[in-house]
Parts: sequence; C-alpha cells; structure tokens
Amino acid sequence: MDFLGTIKLVFRTLLARKGRSFLTILGIVIGVAGVIIIIALGAGAQSLILGQVTKLGSNILSVQPGKSNEKGPPSEVFGITVTTLVNSDADSLRSKSQVSHALAVCSMVRGSASATWQNKNIDTNFMGVESSYSNVVDFTMRQGNFFNQQEQQGNANVAVLGSTVASELFDSTGVDPIGQVIKVKSSSQKEAGGIPLRVIGVITSRGSSFFQDNDDQIFIPLTIGQEQLLGIHYLQSINIKLDSADNASQTIADITRVLKQNHHIQKDADVDFTIYNVADAISILSTITNALRLFLTAMAAISLVVGGIGILNIMLATVAERTREIGLRKAVGATNVAIMRQFLLEAGTLTFLGGVFGIIIGIIISYLITLLMHYLGYDWAFVVSFSSIFLAVGVSILTGVIFGLYPALKASKLNPIEALRYE
Amino acid sequence: MALIEVKNLQKDYVNDDVITEVLRDVSFKVEEGEFVAIMGPSGSGKSTLMHILSFLDRSTGGIYKFEGKDTKDFNDDYLAKLRNERVGFVFQSFNLLARTSVLDNVRLPLIYSKKKDYDKLAEKALDSVGLSHRLDYFTNQISGGEKQRVAIARALVNNPAVIFADEPTGNLDSKSGNTVMFILQKLNDQGHTIILVTHETDTANHAKRIVRIKDGSIISDEKVAKRTIATADKDLIK
Repeated sequence: MDFLGTIKLVFRTLLARKGRSFLTILGIVIGVAGVIIIIALGAGAQSLILGQVTKLGSNILSVQPGKSNEKGPPSEVFGITVTTLVNSDADSLRSKSQVSHALAVCSMVRGSASATWQNKNIDTNFMGVESSYSNVVDFTMRQGNFFNQQEQQGNANVAVLGSTVASELFDSTGVDPIGQVIKVKSSSQKEAGGIPLRVIGVITSRGSSFFQDNDDQIFIPLTIGQEQLLGIHYLQSINIKLDSADNASQTIADITRVLKQNHHIQKDADVDFTIYNVADAISILSTITNALRLFLTAMAAISLVVGGIGILNIMLATVAERTREIGLRKAVGATNVAIMRQFLLEAGTLTFLGGVFGIIIGIIISYLITLLMHYLGYDWAFVVSFSSIFLAVGVSILTGVIFGLYPALKASKLNPIEALRYE
Repeated sequence: MALIEVKNLQKDYVNDDVITEVLRDVSFKVEEGEFVAIMGPSGSGKSTLMHILSFLDRSTGGIYKFEGKDTKDFNDDYLAKLRNERVGFVFQSFNLLARTSVLDNVRLPLIYSKKKDYDKLAEKALDSVGLSHRLDYFTNQISGGEKQRVAIARALVNNPAVIFADEPTGNLDSKSGNTVMFILQKLNDQGHTIILVTHETDTANHAKRIVRIKDGSIISDEKVAKRTIATADKDLIK
C-alpha cells in the first residue's frame, strides 16, 4: 500500500470514529495547553516579582531601625517602635571620609494621610524625604520640579505629587496642580485642618516596586513629615545609593562602624539597626521564584500525565474492537508493517492535531492572562518558551503514539483468527 | 497439481499444560474448480481446518501444500500476500467494518494489494452480488443477507484462487441464505473454487462434494448425488 493510500485510509478511519478521535485530541489539547499556560504563568510571576525589586536598582542599601532577628519577625510587628535611628546618623553617613562608596544618602519617614483640595478629599500616603531622594531613586518629573535642598532644609511648605494623587485631586476640574495649595493631614491626627502645602511638581507614573504603589504618594520635605505630620524625631529608614554593587559589603561594614560609634555600641550583638541590601533581596527572590517555577513545572507534568491518561483510557477502551479490526485487516491481506504504519499514522495525526490546537489555545490563554494582569496594573510579562512547547508536544506525541500503537503491537503477535475472536 | 493438498494435518491447542487435539491425521485434496462442503457437528474441527487452509491459522503438524508449494516455510508477510491475493474468506458473522460504507468495505483487500482502480474492481464485485444500488450505504444500514453479500464481494474482489465460506448462511433467514448459496454456486460455475463449512445437510447439498469430519478426523469424502441448485430472484443477479 502506498503512502497516499495509507493517509486516505487513516482519515477515513478517524472520521468514522469522530467521538473517539475528538476525545483523544481533547486529551492532548488539555495536556499541551496546560503545560504552556502553567509555564507561562510561572515565568510571568517571576518577571513580576523580580521586576518589583530590580526597579529600585540593585545598588541600594537600606538602613532600618531595630535589630534584625533571624529567629522571629521584626520588632515593629509587636508594636514596638525603635527610635534610635536619627537625623544625625544620616549626616554621619553622608561624610565621604566615613562611607566612601555612598553616592547619595536619603532619610525617610512615611505614613498614611488624607489630602484635601477645595472640597475634594482623598486618602493616600506621604513620604517625608530629603531632596537627595531624586539621587537615590530613579524617576522623571511630569510637571514642575522636585524640592531642592534649600526648600527641604528651610522646611518650605511644598509637596510633590505622585501621578495617581494628582489625577484624583485635579483631573476632574482640569486645573493645573502646580501652584495649588493642598492640605495634608496624617491619618493619626485627630483635629481638623491639616498642613497647607503648595504643589511644586508631579512625578511621572512609575508603577509599583516592592508591592508599594509609587504613584499613590505625596512627597514632602523630611522634617515636615517628621515634626508636623508624625510628631517624631527619629527616622524610619536611611537609603544609600552605592557607586557600584561590588562595594556593598565594604559599605555595609562602613555603615555599621559609623552607626555603632554614634550609638555607643561595643558588641555586634547589641546593634539597634539593620542594613538591607537590595542585591541580596534579588538573589533571595530569584531563589524563591525559581522554586516557584520548578513547582509549576511539576504541576505541568501532572497536567501532561492527566492528558496522557485520558488518551490511554480512550485507547484501552477500544483495544478489543481495534484488535478485531486488525484481525479482519490481516485476514484480507494486511501485513504487520501495513497495520503498524496505519496505526502509527493514525496516532500521529491525532497527536499532531491535538498538539497544534493545544499550542494555539495555550498561547491564546496565556496572552489573555497577560492582558488581564496588565489591566489589573501588574507588570506581567508574556512568556511562551519554546522548551515548554517542545516538552508538551514531545510528551503528548509519545503517549499518543505508544497507546495508539498498543493494540497494533498486541495484534501483530496473534494469528488473524485469534485477533478476530479477541474479547 | 492439486490446488490444495493436506497430508496427516495436525492441530493441537495447549492451554495450561492441557493439550486439546482438534485435528488429527487429516488428509485430502481439492482440485481447481471444485465446490467442496466440509461438514460436521460443532466442535468437530471443521472451522479450524478451514482457518488453516485459508492461512488464518497455522497447523501444528503434517503437510499443507497450496498450489503445489509446502506452506511450512512461508513467513508472515508471504502469508499476508496469499490471504490478500489467492484466497477470499466469508465469515459467519460477516466481519464488516462498522461505520464504513459498503464500497469501502469491499475495497479493503485492494488497499493492501498493489492493484490500482480500487473503485472499479470493488463496484464490479458488488455488481456480481447484486448490490450496485447499495455502494454508499453504511454497513449498519443494510440487512443481514446484504451484509453477507458484501462480505462475498469483498472475498471476490481480488479474484482469488479459492473462496472459503465459514457457515455463510448461519446467521441468515432461509431466503437470504438461499440467495447467498445461489451466488456461491454461480461463482463456482464461473470457475471459482469454493470451500464451504457447514453443519447443515441442506446447505452442504449445494456443493459438488462433501467431506464429513468428526472429532478431528475425516470420516467420509464423497460426491453429492442429488445436488440442490439454488434459485434466486431473476432481477437480483445478472
């Protein structure tokens, strides 16, 4: 029998058994699409999580008050406020002779606040920062300027708005935010009113980093945040931008030495601050997200097995019928090779069709998930890896062909009459 | 040279160390153009004998010469070729492919042969069993008698040296059975060698010669004295 004849025969056979062909294809489609979607989800989640961190830049150190305790959560969790990190610490760190690799140092306090303009009132967050904030974190101004050192040190009543805050307060009226005076009140303050601040700039939208929305923020001079909104005299963090990530450990040692001196601490065990390295965070998160991907790949493998078992079921359910059919084909003169070729082509056709539909459906669903994530505001990457396609299609074809050939292999060992009588 | 010659043919089934002797010491010849009925009660081994003769099964002893050649050394592929080109088989239970058209069923042996013109040969075979009007019907849409005629057309399509029919009327009513016997007799008249297995004397009497078999051995082998000639509707067979 020629090749073309075999193909015609295979298509006739498959069309004569539409239900079975459909179910077999469906099993493969589920397996293949499942693998592609799951692996795309893993890659997307990894890019989202790492993107949150790497957006900050990898050469940033953050000093936070309180000793890190590896055996438990930080002290803030228990409502204990550590007040030992103060403005003079930041000034010491700014000294080039003490911490040589620090490009910029920025102290910070933060809190939640309500902002009022005319009769509009919104709940948002504020960050009290130094003018060096713009040297530590990358961002661009959409309008106006960030406050300068003079405005910060002079406690000027100025504010720079994140894009979300600006649009919530001003978009509906069409008024240019620059020059407008808003009133900001810390959520912890009971009395009415608030501090009047003149808007001098709006920052271009930059999404979130470390799962904190950077656009839903009001940036104000540090001491206004400290004294007028929070009523505190300590700092919540000091961020240091390094000249190079390679100098991180050197700088951590410098900072530790300076702060121990400032705080009159002798023993390492008694330190009352913690230094976080963003590069370390990235490597830890990479480990976690790689584990996540591995886990998802295992799930994908399960989905393949499920699809394979679906195929196996359908094939086994028809072994008796197919064995009798093979018996008949052999009785009218089919050789074992011809039977094998027919069954191989049959299984190949089904798995090929299933694979193609599975890839198409998998890619479409992965893309829809990406669209949904973008709609929800996440920085989600659309990743369909070739390895996932090869894995999925390879395993599906293998299962399809093995189980598709099973009756043919079984029947090839029988006399035609035995195959015809197979129960 | 006889078309078929068996000498001391033996067939044993081994099941859980129990040997069942199905055929013992069977010897006979069939010449070209004969119409032989193999008769015997159920369990006598007549079907097994036919399966061996038609290469659907293998003997466990003795000699089987087909067209003068000893079949002992034939390999699987050559046996497939013989089943395809030299013999046709009609089963009691039809064994047609379900959900497949009448024409496709008759074409089946042809797709495993080197012949071209599948459709023409298949249509010719179906015409000779009076089923030209059923080509595109599915096999589940036609009657039992028609199914058996499709099976005969399939056995016939490759113009084999011999047609084997295993209880071809066993699943049919008497009228359909009569039509089937009419067709077999007509094919024999046209020169086809026919070997028929049956347990009914009435059916066996349509043949020219009856070989009786009992408990795996031939007990008689004689010509039919008063042969039954089947008649059928005039419009059925041209």
